[in-house]
Amino acid sequence: MIQLINVKKSFGNNHVLRGVNLTIEQGESMVIIGGSGTGKSVALKSVLGLVQPDSGQILVNGADTTEGDRDAFLAQFGMLFQGGALFDSLSVWQNVAFRLLRGKGKLSKSDARDVAIEKLRRVGLKPEVADQFPAELSGGMQKRVGLARAIAAEPDIIFFDEPTTGLDPIMSGVINELIREIVVEMGATAMTITHDMSSVRAIADKVAMLHEGVVQWTGPVSEMDSSGDPYLDQFINARAEGPIEAVR
Amino acid sequence: MQALTFLDAFLGSIGRSVLGLCAAIGRIAMFAVLTISHLLRPPFYLAEFGRQLLHIGYFSLPVVGLTALFTGGALALQIYSGGARFSAEAVVPSVVAIAMVRELGPVLSGLMVAGRVSSSIAAELGTMRVTEQIDALTTLSTNPMKYLVVPRVLAATIAMPILAFIGDVIGIMGGFLVGTQRLDFNAATYINNTWSFLEFEDIFSGLVKAAAFGFIVALMGCYHGYNSGRGAQGVGRATTNAVVSASVLILAANYLLTEIFFTS
Repeated sequence: MIQLINVKKSFGNNHVLRGVNLTIEQGESMVIIGGSGTGKSVALKSVLGLVQPDSGQILVNGADTTEGDRDAFLAQFGMLFQGGALFDSLSVWQNVAFRLLRGKGKLSKSDARDVAIEKLRRVGLKPEVADQFPAELSGGMQKRVGLARAIAAEPDIIFFDEPTTGLDPIMSGVINELIREIVVEMGATAMTITHDMSSVRAIADKVAMLHEGVVQWTGPVSEMDSSGDPYLDQFINARAEGPIEAVR
Repeated sequence: MQALTFLDAFLGSIGRSVLGLCAAIGRIAMFAVLTISHLLRPPFYLAEFGRQLLHIGYFSLPVVGLTALFTGGALALQIYSGGARFSAEAVVPSVVAIAMVRELGPVLSGLMVAGRVSSSIAAELGTMRVTEQIDALTTLSTNPMKYLVVPRVLAATIAMPILAFIGDVIGIMGGFLVGTQRLDFNAATYINNTWSFLEFEDIFSGLVKAAAFGFIVALMGCYHGYNSGRGAQGVGRATTNAVVSASVLILAANYLLTEIFFTS
């Protein structure tokens, strides 16, 4: 379970998070939506400690994220980055097996490669891709490799940062389906941030909408269309007119 | 009134610059201390260290060698020409050797490596920052300071004295070639004069300087790349700042270290 309790974060005069309260139950897939610059990425990175909140508390399975062994804490997580964030200097299989080749549960090179190829197969990539470098792959394939890397060590919690950004609608659909299948199959807790409403409907159990640094609405995805919240309605129906001011 | 406003703005801008400089020095010092603290604690990434040693050391050999060769040759001509004014042409071999080993070998190698390596490290780490690869390392339970910064700084600190030593030898060779082919020195006498005037301290002080310059080169590349701003412009600025700050710090450190060796 992940809990954000009154989390605040400012960058200079820009108050990005103004007291975020959010709970994600174990095994639940939470999708955070909201306009650009509303603090979705900052909230996600705060959980991982990539951004230090100014105040508030973040608990993962009841434990404060700022305390305890950091390696053990991070070992619970897998993350798919927006641009893939694959390491250019390493081959595809070395990217996927990065965590398996280091640290406490370190595997031998051949075992790690076998696991990497199995994870690549799980995300629909052939073993031939394993020895290629990220720069040789298309955007969709890079996303799949990123997904394989995120699930390689079978984490309990997986974060997806804009998983379909930059992909065509068909590839977006494929990635959404893969994410849903993998999250259900692994029984993992998932936290996704996205603008893409097709992703929301494909991936989410619950939805939270961030607006002006706070959670504006949260509830099951099935209740999203009938929420009656004007902010959420404007966002999910992509209306230019409404309480959320669009910069023109 | 207008003069006062101008004075106020002028002094304010000086104050802001000084404060900014002090803050930057503090940040770089903290980054250096953090690097050294990670250098002393496991895990150690030996494969990364080996790769960097090859990239920073071995691949810098041509640029360092060529720089030293031409500098040694030019130095021999200059000293001959200057020495001729008071009939001291015979000092060419010893002065070339001392100047190369104590000063020009380490400083020129340092500056050339600063141009080649600082920029490449800053561009690589800057791109990794912008494309979230550094964040990805953290989420994969790998400390970016240990994985990216420590191997580069350690490799440069070890490689630079070796490069400078090779530069010294090639520079002296450059002087020897010009001396024997152009200035009619006897080859055996030239070599004999080179050896007999060189002392261990000359070589040692040059190598210590080179190690310090290696540390500076990699540290500046890593610091500016690691803290790169967003986008192509951010990476470009990081690369420029890395080369400029590494070059200036090398020259400043050269004076300080020379002063220390001179005093002792």
